[in-house]
Amino acid sequence: MNEFAELLDRLSYEPRRNAKIRLMADYFRMTPDPERGVALAALTGKLSFTNAKPALIRALIAERTDPVLFEMSYDYVGDLSETVALMWPIPKEAEAANANHPPFLSEIVEGLETLPKRDLPRQLSMWLDGLDETGRWALLKLITGSLRVGASARLAKTAVASLGDIPPDEVELVWPGLAMPYRELFAWVEGKAERPETLDPVPFRPVMLAHAVEDESFSALEADAYAAEWKWDGIRVQAVCGRDAEGKRVGRLYSRTGEDISGAFPDLMEALDFDGAIDGELLVMRHTRVQSFNVLQQRLNRKSVTAKMLAEFPAHIRAYDLLAEDGEDLRPLPFRARRAKLEALAARLMAEGHDRMDLSPMVPFDTWEQLTAARADPSSAGAGEDAAAVEGVMLKAWDSAYLPGRPKGPWWKWKRDPHTVDAVLMYAQRGHGKRSSFYSDYTFGVWTKGEEGGDVLVPVGKAYFGFTDQELIEIDKFVRRSTINRFGPVREVVHEPDEGLVLEVAFEGLARSTRHRSGVAMRFPRIARLRWDKPPREADRLEALEALLKAEG
Amino acid sequence: MRPEELLCPSPKGLYSPAGDFYVDPTRPVARAVITHGHSDHARRGHGKVLATRETLSIMALRYGADFAGETQAIAYGESVDVNGVRITAHPAGHVLGSAQMALDWRGLTIVASGDYKDAHDPTCAPFVPVRCHVFISEATFGLPVFRHPDASHETAKLMKSVALFPERAHVLGAYSLGKAQRMMALIRQAGHSAPLYVHGALTAISAYYEQAGVPLGEVRHVKGVKKADLAGAIIIAPPSAITDIWTRNFPDPVTAFASGWMRVRARARQRGIELPLVVSDHADWDGLMASVTATGCEELWVTHGAEDALVHWAGTRGLRAKPLHMVGYTEEDEAAEGEAVAEAEAGPDAAPQDGAS
Repeated sequence: MNEFAELLDRLSYEPRRNAKIRLMADYFRMTPDPERGVALAALTGKLSFTNAKPALIRALIAERTDPVLFEMSYDYVGDLSETVALMWPIPKEAEAANANHPPFLSEIVEGLETLPKRDLPRQLSMWLDGLDETGRWALLKLITGSLRVGASARLAKTAVASLGDIPPDEVELVWPGLAMPYRELFAWVEGKAERPETLDPVPFRPVMLAHAVEDESFSALEADAYAAEWKWDGIRVQAVCGRDAEGKRVGRLYSRTGEDISGAFPDLMEALDFDGAIDGELLVMRHTRVQSFNVLQQRLNRKSVTAKMLAEFPAHIRAYDLLAEDGEDLRPLPFRARRAKLEALAARLMAEGHDRMDLSPMVPFDTWEQLTAARADPSSAGAGEDAAAVEGVMLKAWDSAYLPGRPKGPWWKWKRDPHTVDAVLMYAQRGHGKRSSFYSDYTFGVWTKGEEGGDVLVPVGKAYFGFTDQELIEIDKFVRRSTINRFGPVREVVHEPDEGLVLEVAFEGLARSTRHRSGVAMRFPRIARLRWDKPPREADRLEALEALLKAEG
Repeated sequence: MRPEELLCPSPKGLYSPAGDFYVDPTRPVARAVITHGHSDHARRGHGKVLATRETLSIMALRYGADFAGETQAIAYGESVDVNGVRITAHPAGHVLGSAQMALDWRGLTIVASGDYKDAHDPTCAPFVPVRCHVFISEATFGLPVFRHPDASHETAKLMKSVALFPERAHVLGAYSLGKAQRMMALIRQAGHSAPLYVHGALTAISAYYEQAGVPLGEVRHVKGVKKADLAGAIIIAPPSAITDIWTRNFPDPVTAFASGWMRVRARARQRGIELPLVVSDHADWDGLMASVTATGCEELWVTHGAEDALVHWAGTRGLRAKPLHMVGYTEEDEAAEGEAVAEAEAGPDAAPQDGAS
């Protein structure tokens, strides 16, 4: 457990994706079965324990420490698990006994799964006695369900794949048929055994992704070789239905990276009834009208889904591809053939009265000019009232097979032009990793009426990309030269009507926000241009954003 | 007779009415007794200074030979009489030359320990508890959450990272007097024999340690070294320099920091540290309790740090204790912050900055 805790500790501080993969791969390489398999389960979110509540941990520490010293410490550290992990006193006799054998993660997990609840406090304190500070921190975070180290399930699987030079998607394919402690998976990637059989009736199929259209792309593309459809502003999902060995219907909903998200959408899962795999967009639909991403967002990232939530934000799939049907893999077929089969399936489901899934319509066009016009005004080009949920168009070559990854050529995404606003740089913060010596995270504001009359700047967002390396150096110079205040890693820079830096910020949309003083939150904001030429007094006003908010609904 | 007649807090630092001298004064005074060379304890401009030979040398190195009107060296175990107060120096285990000053007067003994640690340190003489009536303790890490692990265990983390990322440089923040040299010695003990690179602020002090008989292996100034040659290298710098412009000259650096503060995750995160190493030159909570107990003192005075917790603990043990609320003693890491700011202000156009003391 101490070794696994050390890995979690490193991961929690490491900002670089590739470094995280290497840290995990190193751990998997050095750690024997079944310990590493249990660690993999923990990293991929497969473990959950509900018996340990913060109250139990508080009770355990209260029995062992002076209450005044505990309060002073908790006040200083600010995190219960961490405080307890650091100040946990180790009894002398335990110290000697544990030196030879600190508990394994696998022992702990087995114990947590099998122990009766009344035995938990005693067993937990024995484990805590046997671990070091980092080990105790990780254990307490694990059992209270607040382990966050910035490594997704996908990243952990990528690390496993890297042990054997296997594409991560291959691991994703065999994953649903496997279970802790994943012996056959490790044996396979290390070249010691055959690829594990996938017996899962509803496997994930790695998704096909599109390249963004560049200005010059069209000169090389033939309009009649491509189909066009709306690019929906939702969540890319894969809905898979089938029957298991006993003939029972099974359904599963995957995210684009293959994570099983069925649990969050029980309403949708119940309604799906077909045999195959559909690629589509998850949207919230009310009275046959697609809602904007802002609405969908309120349904996402919820720990539990309430009945009220299900009624208010009904989930829906807008289908745009069919990857398998009745046991047949359709991916090698050209898009034209897959589309025909998808249309037939959609028509059948609709005839049977299913209303949780429909077909993503085609956008007819003969020339690029016609498509350009449709993209500029989706509402009059067929999207109608759903236009607010359209974020551009997708181009798919009629003759293209469904290929995993991002092959260049068959699929293109052509987003609508983003909104832009001219805002004034107010605060800058140091970045992480490669950018740790640069002020690279920017908080910017727009003008509004101050409480005492006169105009003041109110922060409306934060951006940390969009600029070039050269621009980063220029902004960094400006920040260092123009600092008027320091708050730890944050610097406040000069932002007066005649002095300061105006940033042209591009963003995808706006939402009302109670967390921001300005009352608005931007979606996907990034720095589009530096406006050295523009005095801050000419930057935009909050009223302009509020008007946009009204227009977006 | 009250202990305050021998030693008491004053606006300029601890003052001895009986002997008419100050211990670690924060303002220039006529006669000063200095426990160790860190800049918040050892300031320039005093009339007469009594300190160990090493501390005097370190002060001369930092402030120039004319840092005081007159100096007198005292060795560990040696006693010096000042106006009837007998002063004896004992090792404090904090940094090279650090001393606890025991003051004897009319049968009363007060030990002003300065900063100290009871953990092993290959670069200085080990702390010895001194029997006394009144023990004056720091409390920099005076909360039960501060338990410093074995320093070699923390060094192993650094070595493991260097092995896992051989194409990257590791920039290790460490206070320029004491911590930097201790880390060098620990890195050598861990079997790393390649040259260690240092920021300009560390060259003179590190050379002095070598000269004083503390072997550190090959230490090179990093200035002018080609980026490609620093792959796999460990570069030691003052804490303030590790996330600054200066590091852009190194290949994809891993930012490490050796400090007792790294025990608390929020502190490490706030500074953007990727590899925190919990290595401290101060006693941790267990060390404070053990050291105070070992002196057999009847009264405990707590000078700087988290005074309340240590005073509370003493109360639960029936030991008379009081906080002195001394001002002017900063955490060493934060004392170093001043250096940094000067560098940061130079702006990205400036050549790599070093040599800031």
